[in-house]
Amino acid sequence: MLLTKRIPMKVMQEKGRNMRNSTISIVGSRKTKRISETIAHHIFTICAFFAVLGVASITVYMIINGTPALAKVGILELLFGSDWSPTAANPRYGILYVIFTSIIGTTLAILIGVPVGVLSAVFLADVAPKKLVAVVKPAVELLAGIPSVIYGLLGIMILNPLMYRLELALFKGSATHQFTGGSNLISAVLVLAVMILPTVINISESSLRAVPDQLKAASLAVGASKIQTIFKVQIPAAKSGIITAVVLGVGRAIGEAMAISLVAGSSVNFPLPFNSVRFLTTAIVSEMGYAADTHREVLFTIGLVLFGFIMMINTILTKLLKKGNRNDD
Amino acid sequence: MTDLSIMKKNKRITDQLIYMIIYISAAISVLLIAGIICYVFMKGINTVNWEFLTNVTSVLKDTSGIAGNIVNTLYIIVITLLIATPIGIGSAIYLNEYAKPGKLVRLIEFTTETLAGIPSIIFGLFGMVFFGIALGFGYSILTGSLTLTLMILPLITRNTQEALKTVPESYRSGALGLGTTKWYMIRTILLPSAMPGIITGIILAVGRIVGESAALLFTAGSGYYLPKSGQLFGKVLESGGTLSVQLYLNMSKGQYEIAFGIATVLLIIVLIINFMTRLLTRKFDVSRKK
Repeated sequence: MLLTKRIPMKVMQEKGRNMRNSTISIVGSRKTKRISETIAHHIFTICAFFAVLGVASITVYMIINGTPALAKVGILELLFGSDWSPTAANPRYGILYVIFTSIIGTTLAILIGVPVGVLSAVFLADVAPKKLVAVVKPAVELLAGIPSVIYGLLGIMILNPLMYRLELALFKGSATHQFTGGSNLISAVLVLAVMILPTVINISESSLRAVPDQLKAASLAVGASKIQTIFKVQIPAAKSGIITAVVLGVGRAIGEAMAISLVAGSSVNFPLPFNSVRFLTTAIVSEMGYAADTHREVLFTIGLVLFGFIMMINTILTKLLKKGNRNDD
Repeated sequence: MTDLSIMKKNKRITDQLIYMIIYISAAISVLLIAGIICYVFMKGINTVNWEFLTNVTSVLKDTSGIAGNIVNTLYIIVITLLIATPIGIGSAIYLNEYAKPGKLVRLIEFTTETLAGIPSIIFGLFGMVFFGIALGFGYSILTGSLTLTLMILPLITRNTQEALKTVPESYRSGALGLGTTKWYMIRTILLPSAMPGIITGIILAVGRIVGESAALLFTAGSGYYLPKSGQLFGKVLESGGTLSVQLYLNMSKGQYEIAFGIATVLLIIVLIINFMTRLLTRKFDVSRKK
């Protein structure tokens, strides 16, 4: 209200002054007005292009820095070799296990995080009384805001000792098992599962809420129970939103570095549950500090592989979102 | 079969079971956050005191503290916001007010989405080779800030766009109908009306900057000294680790006591930011409902 009152006043004043100057404009002469308008327009256009510029230069730089190692080491040996010993006298740079670890680790984290997340979303959207929503929703938001290093710290202090105890019990007397002190794939997967929870919950919840009420009412009216309605009507109707949530969760899990870099252990191994493993991200974080020459270039190649995965996920996501929009129309 | 009645509900055991699982899932999030906060505070609150906050870690003086890291964090927040906020808001204004739907807008929106999805470690690598090596800023607060600018740009753009979308169309046509020019209308009507949403975006960005570590480790480095007197601007070109980076370094060296101290400080900041956004969003909603 205040605004609409203030404007005419201002306009009147301006008009009065301008009449004295015998021009028609309310702010200044038509010429200065046109100039400032064009400048504003151009500045905003340039601002908008920063995102394009950013993505383009990131892509170019990742490719420029990531490809030399492919030529030096050989694509086959680099991507499909499983021997990672960059600091040996005769260095070997096979990152196959690292790629496997990222894929398997992310898949497991999704398998744990998504069911919990979707059910929590169901709880928030349909089951919970308002008072409980007021408790659970802020908790989820807070979970999203906690810095990833803190998750890592808690992983080391809480999960790793537990895993070590489990490891000692399981592999008692085993001569072949390398004890890791609890820094293993399972610990990392659990940390990742917790970290994707907020993403999955928020997006699934809003897509569940977007399901038209008629669908729910119709299902209840023909005698389905509430649970049947949720699982046979509402979740299928919110399918595209939930898939979007899962894809975003995959992106978050595969790109997370700091939280799992110390939790996952420090050697490259095949991703078995109790092995100490390296993810694409953690390999970069823990070796970039001292890597040089070819080793460093290989780390950039690992970055490029990760970037490739992320771009794939992004493309899928845009397709999904577009499809979702079309369904709404 | 005499007691067939619609009033007597058939209790399905599977339904009850599923209800139970749903409640347990929802409880997990709450228990997790409560557990995390309690655990970190319990372990860290003893470390956090006035000396810890105002001293710089030094072997000579036998002190340990995070004053340098706090200052670095502030530097990075301020510089990043100074660069990212105008660009982000400008970009949102272009997308919402000037651009006509078409290939160009789709390209800009796609790249903004992509920027939001790129993991911070990739930003870190890019910042290191582009701002650090190609542009020659080295490991410095400026390199870190420029890297983070790219990272939080989508956050600010998207929040501003959302805020602009909620400004009623009648405000625009009203102003234009009175004969104002477009830029005048944006300046005096749109931006003030969208301000709460824009500020929410900025606060969220601060949260992101405070929590970020992977993108800063290889760009801003890990210096932990206070700026020398009279060199407040020179500091920008020196390496400076934020609280999160310092937490990571302490953690990898096994200095868990300091790590928990920093974690406590970070958690308090996160809680404050969360509270502020909540307050702002609520205010924003109320003004819309009128």
